[in-house]
Amino acid sequence: MVLAFIEHLNGAPTTLSLEVLTMAGRLSGEMAVPLEAVAIGPKGAAAAGIVTSYGVSRLHVGDDPRLADYAPAGWARAVAELTERVNPEVVIGTASDRGSEVMAHVAARMKLPLAANCTEIAPGDPFTVTRQRWGGSLLEEAHLKGRVKLLTLAPHALAAEASPSRTEVATHPFTPALDDKDFRVRLVPQVEADTGKISLAQARVVIGGGRGVGSAEGFASLEELAGLLGGAVGCSRAVTSLGWRPHSDQVGQTGMRIAPDLYIACGISGAIQHMVGCRAAKHILAINTDAAAPIVEQADYAVIGDVQKVLSSVNAQIRKLREVPVG
Amino acid sequence: MNVLVCVKRVPATAGHIALSADSQEIDTRYLGFTVSPHEECAVEEAVRLIEKHGGSSTVLTLGPEVAIDQLRDAMALGIERAILLETDGREWDPVATAAAIVEAIEAERAAGRSYDLVMFGNESADSAGYQIGVRVADALDLPCVTGIKALEIGDGEAMVRRQTEAGWETAELSLPAVLTVKEGINLPRYPSLPGRLRAKKKEIERIKPQWQDGGLEKIRLKLPVQVEHSVEILGKNGDAGAQVVELFQRLRLL
Ligand SMILES: Cc1cc2nc3c(=O)[nH]c(=O)nc-3n(C[C@H](O)[C@H](O)[C@H](O)COP(=O)(O)OP(=O)(O)OC[C@H]3O[C@@H](n4cnc5c(N)ncnc54)[C@H](O)[C@@H]3O)c2cc1C
Ligand SMILES: Nc1ncnc2c1ncn2[C@@H]1O[C@H](COP(=O)(O)O)[C@@H](O)[C@H]1O
Repeated sequence: MVLAFIEHLNGAPTTLSLEVLTMAGRLSGEMAVPLEAVAIGPKGAAAAGIVTSYGVSRLHVGDDPRLADYAPAGWARAVAELTERVNPEVVIGTASDRGSEVMAHVAARMKLPLAANCTEIAPGDPFTVTRQRWGGSLLEEAHLKGRVKLLTLAPHALAAEASPSRTEVATHPFTPALDDKDFRVRLVPQVEADTGKISLAQARVVIGGGRGVGSAEGFASLEELAGLLGGAVGCSRAVTSLGWRPHSDQVGQTGMRIAPDLYIACGISGAIQHMVGCRAAKHILAINTDAAAPIVEQADYAVIGDVQKVLSSVNAQIRKLREVPVG
Repeated sequence: MNVLVCVKRVPATAGHIALSADSQEIDTRYLGFTVSPHEECAVEEAVRLIEKHGGSSTVLTLGPEVAIDQLRDAMALGIERAILLETDGREWDPVATAAAIVEAIEAERAAGRSYDLVMFGNESADSAGYQIGVRVADALDLPCVTGIKALEIGDGEAMVRRQTEAGWETAELSLPAVLTVKEGINLPRYPSLPGRLRAKKKEIERIKPQWQDGGLEKIRLKLPVQVEHSVEILGKNGDAGAQVVELFQRLRLL
């Protein structure tokens, strides 16, 4: 059996969990074994309505009320106990922050290896996976051992694909043995007040600034363009290290991953660790003084020139377009 | 309080990655070495904790002899002691790495040195297994939070925050504990010249752990397939303004 560990919001599986179900479904087909899923928290049972379209035959629900709020070690204990009991060949979770954390705890508890951020899985002996390194700018082919193969699936390694036919899903609630020690860490959510600002993650256009912007004040022209286009401003790590912008603006391997329609990289050289954060953009426009900068060959459009000169001309022309004709 | 920080030596890659002829590693002939930005922040956080609360800080790495450079970098920022778990340069998988770190921490404890906090990066820069901190916590039976972006130490406890898509999550946990850190928790300082000189003179404690098969075996590295595409040059400097605006219109952004 293949067991998919799914995350859900009040019973609605997350997008990444649908990707996991899709991959787990393919895997169970290849291995000719059934597909089952596990959701933690009493509300997990509501996921049945959706997992039915992904070929799941059984939905296990860890429904102890103490599991309603996120407690990494408690959730992992539930998944590990279920795994010991139902004995799947493979357990696969998402590589979200939570999925990675829970699966690491499961692996530690069960004293088994774990392959994180897989993009391809070839079952058999040896059991071979392809996994991401360096945020996805490099791939590793590896053999995974262990009586149960534990994996997390890299985000967007494939597209979620529901099947038109539905399976009969049996819901199996279970109550794992839990003690106080499993709840030494509980994470309490704090939802932030909506500031009305367009977030980096949501923006259709992101204007990213690098060392070539020259100074913290130099970002004024990027802010102006963001205002004119209804976009958001991001930056490179060089910029956060210099203290010009907060880390929450950083795009890349140790910052945000974004996927706007257009990413405008201003004075950014295009280091691989930056590119893994913006390569999902539909289009990239580079503005750089150096025609040989790596960003230029990775971009769809480029302007060779000084950021400030280029942006002041662009901003001025947009402002002119917007001017209401008199009379 | 006593704090231990674990870091990993990795190549400082830039615009492109090239692989060695046998596809076993990155071609590092023209590269420098560093640690993950998450780990730089863990080091900075440890130094700040000791400045504020007193006590001592130690940095540890499992790696080849040359990984001493990364230990000295951490000491240049204010970490007092360093431990090298020396390997022959082969890559150790997460199970084996965590086991060696646990063994070193237990040896320290036997020698009368126990840690209130053991800190890691959220993930290593290169292999990114997202698990060594959790494995060490589990083996030592300590509470653990991953990916923290804020930390405050109170009386025998830690208050941490981490960022989510919807805002923040907070947790309180008692010490001793394991925490894994994300970049952004602080802005690391630059090493001072006296700091560098002091670090150069410091002794490095060495242990040679026994290699073990952890069950995740690297077979080869490969570069992702690059989709063929070409770049359209829209002009130079201010002359490009009109073409950029036209591009925005074509993409229906204006
Ligand atoms: C493990 C690891 C993780 C990392 N994670 C990240 C990450 O998440 N995000 C990230 O961004 N980086 C990350 N980095 C750092 C990354 O390797 C680069 O150092 C960084 O992206 C460089 O930033 P930059 O392009 O702004 O600066 P530089 O590389 O210095 O490039 C500046 C560019 O500006 C151009 N320029 C200069 N003046 C002008 C001008 N007047 N007008 C126009 N162009 C000009 C130059 O030609 C050059 O191309 C990471 C590194 C490591 C080792
Ligand atoms: N070889 C190593 N030596 C010391 N610490 C390590 C080593 N490898 C990983 N770590 C630590 O464990 C964290 C998580 O690594 P990983 O599980 O590989 O993503 C890293 O950020 C480091 O803090």
